[in-house]
Amino acid sequence: MLITNMKEEFKVIANLIEENTRVLDVGCGDGTLMDYLKKNKNIDPRGLELSKRKIQESLGKGLSVIEGNAETDLKQFPDKSFNYAILSQTLQAFYNPEKVLDELLRVANIAIITIPNFAHINVRLQLLIKGKMPVTKNLPDEWYNTPNLHMCSIKDFFEFCDKKNLNLFKALTIKNQKISEINKRNLFSKNLFSELGIFLIKKK
Amino acid sequence: MSKMKELKKIIVNKPLKLDCGETIINYPIAYETYGKLNEKKDNAILAFHALTGDQFLTGINPVTNKKGWWTYLIGPSKPIDTNKFFVICANVIGGCMGSFGPSTVDEKSKKPLGTSFPVITINDMVNAQYNLLDHFKIKKLFCVIGGSMGGMQVLQFVSNFPNAAKNAIPIACTANHSAQNIAFNELARQSIMADNNWDKGDYVNKEKSPDKGLAVARMAAHITYLSQKGLQEKFGRKLQETDNINFGFDADFQIESYLRYQGSVFVDRFDANSYLYITRAMDYFDLTKQYNGKLSDAFKNCSTKFLVISFTSDWLYPTHENKDIVIALNACGADVGFIEIISDKGHDSFLLDLPEFLTTIKKFVDANY
Repeated sequence: MLITNMKEEFKVIANLIEENTRVLDVGCGDGTLMDYLKKNKNIDPRGLELSKRKIQESLGKGLSVIEGNAETDLKQFPDKSFNYAILSQTLQAFYNPEKVLDELLRVANIAIITIPNFAHINVRLQLLIKGKMPVTKNLPDEWYNTPNLHMCSIKDFFEFCDKKNLNLFKALTIKNQKISEINKRNLFSKNLFSELGIFLIKKK
Repeated sequence: MSKMKELKKIIVNKPLKLDCGETIINYPIAYETYGKLNEKKDNAILAFHALTGDQFLTGINPVTNKKGWWTYLIGPSKPIDTNKFFVICANVIGGCMGSFGPSTVDEKSKKPLGTSFPVITINDMVNAQYNLLDHFKIKKLFCVIGGSMGGMQVLQFVSNFPNAAKNAIPIACTANHSAQNIAFNELARQSIMADNNWDKGDYVNKEKSPDKGLAVARMAAHITYLSQKGLQEKFGRKLQETDNINFGFDADFQIESYLRYQGSVFVDRFDANSYLYITRAMDYFDLTKQYNGKLSDAFKNCSTKFLVISFTSDWLYPTHENKDIVIALNACGADVGFIEIISDKGHDSFLLDLPEFLTTIKKFVDANY
């Protein structure tokens, strides 16, 4: 799974979240982002995580993390129990990303979704020139052992939101620690040169 | 058992109305403490014992001379470090280690109460133990913790006293005792009551004891505390002190010998009537029903931070029943963490030297203190 931009990505996400809100971090890992939100934003976040070792690490930071999978365990949260649900670079690894997005927008008003962009120039070139499934520093796994099942591009995600009538009200990318907005006018170039897309969506 | 008289006790002079309708007063609660209560009184942990446990959770039990039942978790320099925390554990009412129970001698008749002891519930148990907070003048416990029936007490305690505990760790338990568990308990009770020595619970006055029935009850229960895989790995089809099967009904197999041993040592330390009363209390436990079918209402007023723990091979209180507690806590927006520990040791896992489990608790208590 992608690890580049990790810290930058979390900083961007943290900046997007208002203080004193209710936050669910889906796939919270070792609780780095939750810990930051707790310490800096006066937020008492909740986390959902699969790895037992990482849950232990989070519990050791005093964070409340529940063992579970976004595809099966989001149903335990009541409608709109959170202001934000964060899903960082795992959407592409679900069997049914569409259903996960539905669930995220049921439990939270706003979903913050980040995806590794499969239309990045390096990825495109590898497929075009070598004729092989791309392996990059952001997508380090081979086709036969990647956890990623549903790769998509930034453009795909834009179109998805249109099609599903979702309000994609903010789209960002980070390059060399510089944050820039993605919009319909710059979509062609952003889709070509951005490795990561950060999206804020809500129901219309 | 002269050491029984030296047990620490409080006599509760506040009346307690039991769920069965009877009211009790001036009844004893036997307890033990470990570590020191600090000046701020913010380092107290109340631990609840399981069906056959008692107040001696660590160190050496002075009555049985055996190791305490939670020595892996609690004690000096243990995951719950008694150099830092003050741990209180009481014998539940209905028990047989000094608290008010069927073996308590009735002042008027000078005879043990036997089956004239009232039927008690988990709710009654925690209401009785709450008096220990007054005794130690503790306003808020740092934590309540317990596994199995101890976990049920944790849930009941937090719902009864929503501001009395900062943290709660219910382990390998349930909010509603399942049909399977009621069935196992009924099997145990029938085994005791089928022993002629039980004599309608009056065995103590007739100087006899339903040892056979109680031993069989324990043997059956013991199987439920383990797992198929754990049993297979430990015993398999290994034979006991014999090279061949003997075409008889002695204990040919190691597992038979092991169960017989577990049954025989149990009767020395446990009272048959207590076994009846406590299993009944577990069967009657249905926190969801207490809150009219909505379990989350049990926790809606609490600010307690929960950590729910289950074990993969526990088929007595399986993960999904523990998860139901987590779901109810989430439904009312309570603060809850949950982890399922991988173990092939079955329900007993919570009592064993299981590093993943012990580390999880250590991290949780240390991070929140």
